[in-house]
Amino acid sequence: MDWRKLLREITSTRAGTFGVISVGLLLVIAVFAPLFAIHDPNAIAPMDRLQPPSAMHFFGTDQLGRDLYSRVIYGTRIAIGVAVVVISVSLIVGILLGVSAAYAPRPVDQLIVSAFDIINSFPRLILALALVAVLGPGLTNVILLISIAFIPQFGRVARAQTLAMRNSLFFEAEAVLGAEPWRILLHHVLPNIIGPIFVLASMNIPVVITIEAGLSFLGVGIRPPLASWGGLLHDGYTYLDQSPWLALTSGLALMVATLGFTLLGEALRDAIDPKLQQAR
Amino acid sequence: MIFKLLTAALAVVGAVLLLLSLTTLIPGDPATVLLGPRATPEAVAALNSQMGLDLPLPIRLVRFLAHAFAGDLGRDVMSGRPVADMVIESLPNTALLAVSAILLAILFGIPLGALSAVRPGRIADQLIAFLSVGFVSAPSFVSSIFLLLVFALWLDWFPVLGAGERGDFLDQLWHVVLPAVALGITWVGYVARLLRSSLLEVLNEPYIRTMRAYGLSEAVVLLKYALKPACIPTLAVLGMGVGELLGGAVFAEVIFNRPGLGSLIYGAIETRNYPVVQGGVLVVVILYLLTNVVVDLSYVWIDPRVRLQMQSRGRA
Repeated sequence: MDWRKLLREITSTRAGTFGVISVGLLLVIAVFAPLFAIHDPNAIAPMDRLQPPSAMHFFGTDQLGRDLYSRVIYGTRIAIGVAVVVISVSLIVGILLGVSAAYAPRPVDQLIVSAFDIINSFPRLILALALVAVLGPGLTNVILLISIAFIPQFGRVARAQTLAMRNSLFFEAEAVLGAEPWRILLHHVLPNIIGPIFVLASMNIPVVITIEAGLSFLGVGIRPPLASWGGLLHDGYTYLDQSPWLALTSGLALMVATLGFTLLGEALRDAIDPKLQQAR
Repeated sequence: MIFKLLTAALAVVGAVLLLLSLTTLIPGDPATVLLGPRATPEAVAALNSQMGLDLPLPIRLVRFLAHAFAGDLGRDVMSGRPVADMVIESLPNTALLAVSAILLAILFGIPLGALSAVRPGRIADQLIAFLSVGFVSAPSFVSSIFLLLVFALWLDWFPVLGAGERGDFLDQLWHVVLPAVALGITWVGYVARLLRSSLLEVLNEPYIRTMRAYGLSEAVVLLKYALKPACIPTLAVLGMGVGELLGGAVFAEVIFNRPGLGSLIYGAIETRNYPVVQGGVLVVVILYLLTNVVVDLSYVWIDPRVRLQMQSRGRA
């Protein structure tokens, strides 16, 4: 893949450029959060509770006097971190299951597809809530349960792409030439299915960020003192009439992240999907 | 039709199996978690038995399905009330919210999408594209809080909390405005964007060119011949979106303190009230799958091409 050409394609529109810049900025903030934060995000100062924005506290303070700007900065780490881990886990498990289903005998294929269908029969947030009711809240559980909800999407695409590949002439030619199945899988199947899966992954990142923040907002996701945008928004909702800064700043951070990733995902899809390219 | 219903029924059985097996995954057992560490073994055993958790999974599955089929979703472990009654009580509020959000999406999304497609590249198109992507990116709980802050707390135009007086439909409508806007605004964006792209495609079809060549006005071409086929993909997305709407309803109901299916499930999760979680989630899954079946079937009614395809398949 020519990365420079891809970047040029993505940044050829204003929306794509905004996506690249905002996602790039969020990644930098997430990685170098300690450099951007001006206070310890967990340092409690009861005397300074619910302060409006000032030179000392750019976004004000929360109900425990913690610096909101630093908590929003550290919240970026949680949002991006959870999204990256969830997408990686569901992508890897999804590809493994999808490709195995395409290669496996019919009953195994049917079993895997039925499992995907069952998971898909739940609206995603409702599934996440049902799972959290059992597993309980916390960072690891949130990652696990959101990953489960996303596996079928990747699995279905991987299975469909692999099945399409299996019926192609070059696949037959490789098999006739005596190539081992694992060689065909690694050198032909995976490189060919990775494009659509990559696009799907980028389109799903904002959805994962939203679900994680939503669960944390409901108090069944990531628990305090870890700073998650959803948790901050929950505090903001509780003190909405006294200090709207809490809700406004964390809500805007969440919106910028979902907007940036959505625009980047769409630009990536347009650049990678040749059918769409022709249509443009 | 029968195949679609059968597939949906199988998915419901699978969903029930997943819901029931989830309770076996919990470390310890649900009754211990519910009663706390100081509960006596007798109390734990009695609660487990009350929730039917002492039986093997296959028997629980058959029993749950048989009871659910007869309209019995179990009993709330806190109040002892039938879960089915609680669900039925909460459904009208959630239905009003979901229908209002969908109506909003259609009423605003379709005109915005059409306006955008009629003048592609113009300022209106760019403005609508910008607004749509903003709407799509706004999670419903963020929009709910922002709307609550601006229109209920600051401007005092709408009520802050609740679902309105029972029996007073106008009051209920007044209370549903902000939650419906919060829930539906994302879908306004989706519908507008989707309709724009499908309408642009339809407007380039040869039959539309023929209509124009016959001298029909742009308004007639658009409203009579182009809009209907362009709306079909939008319908599919709205159908699939019902699941997301039901999920989003949890936030709108919690934030605006509305009684409904979402807040019922959320409250039950907080107290680990498994029969209510299971019953509530099952009803959401059934509603979600049924909507998808109805949307699939409505294609036949809306799109003559699908009807013709089905007829020719029937003859073959």
